[in-house]
Amino acid sequence: MADMILTADAVGGVKSIINDKLISENVQTVLVIDGAGNILAHCGQDTDGVDALSLAALTAANFGATSQIAKLIGENDFSLLYHKGEKANIHFARLGGEMILVSIFGDDVSLGLVRVRVDELAADINRIFEG
Amino acid sequence: MALIDLGRKEIHCKIVYYGAGRCGKTTNLLYIYNAMSDNDRGKMLTIDTKGDRTLFFDLLPLNLGKISGFDIRIQLYTVPGQVMYEATRKLVLKGVDGLVFVADPLKVRQERNIESLDDLRRNIADHGLDLKEMPLVLQYNKRDLCDTPVPTLSVEELEQDLNQVYQVPGFEAIATKGPGVFETLKEISKRTVNYVANKHLFNK
Ligand SMILES: Nc1nc2c(ncn2[C@@H]2O[C@H](COP(=O)(O)OP(=O)(O)O)[C@@H](O)[C@H]2O)c(=O)[nH]1
Ligand SMILES: [Mg+2]
Repeated sequence: MADMILTADAVGGVKSIINDKLISENVQTVLVIDGAGNILAHCGQDTDGVDALSLAALTAANFGATSQIAKLIGENDFSLLYHKGEKANIHFARLGGEMILVSIFGDDVSLGLVRVRVDELAADINRIFEG
Repeated sequence: MALIDLGRKEIHCKIVYYGAGRCGKTTNLLYIYNAMSDNDRGKMLTIDTKGDRTLFFDLLPLNLGKISGFDIRIQLYTVPGQVMYEATRKLVLKGVDGLVFVADPLKVRQERNIESLDDLRRNIADHGLDLKEMPLVLQYNKRDLCDTPVPTLSVEELEQDLNQVYQVPGFEAIATKGPGVFETLKEISKRTVNYVANKHLFNK
């Protein structure tokens, strides 16, 4: 895994498309993280009540564990994970490479919309960060 | 892997405390957590412990001041030491930038220390890295036990077992009480940050 160097332009670019596609649709919080658990970009509601660093570390480890599970049953990887809560829902998607996009949203946002929008975003975020 | 954020002027590094089960990795993080001010530490995350054993990992984020105008953010992780958690150890090592190997002085743990260091070397190699080239320090923990009747290993014996190949600094410590804990942290942070900064900021 190579070290990652972020420029203000790249982070700004990624945040602006995330704001456009997800935050504008009422998704509360979106994080882009890498496989080591670093936060590359953070959009939407600030982390009042959400500890972003812990969330990123656990997400990275959870995705790693899930990849192992996938291999055990003969899949290459699961590209997305979703957990539904009573009020909050969380959606994780692999963005190619080692990056993961985490979206937290309430019941006013449909899962289908989040999926479509995340799909649309994936290639752009990859291109901006991995250049 | 380190993250260098040029916009916010931050360097993020991941340091992992490694070693056999019960050698004192979690105790190191707890001591550091309790000794640092709220401004310099994040939340300590401990993933579920059964009894007092780390099952997944511990995480402690720290702010360690500035170097060349960059804020240094360090994330300390521990791994579960028990042999059966091999897969978890490998996950936690993903993207590691620096390592502390914590050794247990109990004579009955002599083999476990050696096996654990070997396990570390292999897991690092599986991530495509060479432990000899990485920032690494040793910690000889639980030195207080050497004043008790329990059979323990001397620092010379531990050096012989663990530090022949790597020849890195080793610190005597009593993680429950504090001696050696910050000396270890300071040295590994310095080595890790220098390693990352030299690669990206100064050698251009
Ligand atoms: N006497 C003594 N006990 C220690 C010291 N450091 C840790 N311990 C104890 O060793 C046990 C295992 O420590 P822990 O940090 O959970 O080990 P880990 O499995 O490496 O995370 C605990 O009961 C600690 O209180 C030390 O320096 N001296
Ligand atoms: Mg532990």
